[in-house]
Amino acid sequence: MINYFKAVYAILKKDLMVEFRTKESINSMAVFGLLTVTVFSFILEPSSDSKVEVAGGIFWIAIIFSGLLGLGKSMLNEVNGGNFEAILLAPIDPTAIFFGKFLANMVSMILLEIIILPIFSVFYSINILSHPLMLLILFLTTYAFSLLGTLFSVISVKSRSREAMLPLLLLPILIPVILAAILSTNIFVAGGDIVGSYNWIKILSVFNIIFTAVIFVIFPSVVEE
Amino acid sequence: MSNSLIDIVNITKQYGHIKALRNISLSINKSDFVTIFGANGAGKSTLLKLISLQSRQTSGEINLSGVPYKKLGNAFKRRLGVISHQPFLYENLTAYENLLFYASLYDVKSPKKVVDDLLKRVDLFKRKDDLIRTYSRGMLQRASIIRSLVHNPDIILLDEPYTGLDTVASKVLTSLLKDQLSDSKTIVMVTHDIQVGLELSSKIVIMKKGEVAFNENISAIDKSNFENIYISQVTDKD
Repeated sequence: MINYFKAVYAILKKDLMVEFRTKESINSMAVFGLLTVTVFSFILEPSSDSKVEVAGGIFWIAIIFSGLLGLGKSMLNEVNGGNFEAILLAPIDPTAIFFGKFLANMVSMILLEIIILPIFSVFYSINILSHPLMLLILFLTTYAFSLLGTLFSVISVKSRSREAMLPLLLLPILIPVILAAILSTNIFVAGGDIVGSYNWIKILSVFNIIFTAVIFVIFPSVVEE
Repeated sequence: MSNSLIDIVNITKQYGHIKALRNISLSINKSDFVTIFGANGAGKSTLLKLISLQSRQTSGEINLSGVPYKKLGNAFKRRLGVISHQPFLYENLTAYENLLFYASLYDVKSPKKVVDDLLKRVDLFKRKDDLIRTYSRGMLQRASIIRSLVHNPDIILLDEPYTGLDTVASKVLTSLLKDQLSDSKTIVMVTHDIQVGLELSSKIVIMKKGEVAFNENISAIDKSNFENIYISQVTDKD
């Protein structure tokens, strides 16, 4: 069996090559994310205090719904031409395929956040990265979304109604992550006591550890016909 | 002692209440070229999927040199090359990038040299840096064939590889298969093309409704009468 990390790297490199060449996912994700941020900014008055209360929600809705678009597209590349079948035929651990794809999705999500964050700051006059801990929350939430998003995009991709299936499967299970992300972001945006964010960070960390372990166990069965 | 490489013993594959394969038993020897014929829905591709570990049988066992498949896993996958009617290539990567990617999954030594040699062999070297989506059907199939050979497998499974090929591409495929055969590779091919099957095979199998209806060495078959044999085997007698 070839080195596990070499296989993860091969899948990651291939996915990023396809994405940087076509820019299919990142373009649609960025356009959708920017539109969401812009449209919500029109609803709220520039000087409104309520902006601070809803900023976290708007930011994460923009990121998560845009991310759903990218996840669907990334798996479609595997289904077209039977490529997923072909990589499953290779003598590598199926979880190496999963983690290669997960890392590629995570890179796309981080790029999306790099695009959305400055625009969001301009439209809402809010600096989301006002505290270094916010970087940790961004990382943990992106990790959780990419992890389960990759899993459910693999599960739903063969379904005829995959566009509807992916959010239907993914969003309910992501509710604790979305809540933790929004509420902890609001603490930093409103300049609240950062101690209040510690519990949310713990929840996000535990969620990620549990689901990373679960995927190691279940993914080989998920991809078996 | 049996010299069979792949032993399929009483395999059944069931999808819900539909039995795709019914108690199939088949032996494939090293360096055999086995062609499997049969009408659509006879279970040919299902059988190939079981042999290639893409699917798991409901009951029965498949052994490689006497060792059950489930104990072999990746060791078997390394020996296996699969050519399907699907290209198994990323359309937004070049042929070169595709082949290097698959070579890396199989941990091929000196991958660039191996890939260059294969591309030259199927006359695609000059187009190696073109995206796969710009390839014609014949070029795509040639690229797909060398993709499956990039790790030099000794067992090659082909699922209707001639589907959609023009005459030139068919000839290239036939010549590549003959090369593989002369390298003592074991080949199992599912096809509807009787002429090709008879030309290349050492053993012919005909499947009907999930069962093996006919299984003979080529030396025991009257080639001039095979079309009639085939029709009589796949046609319902009742």
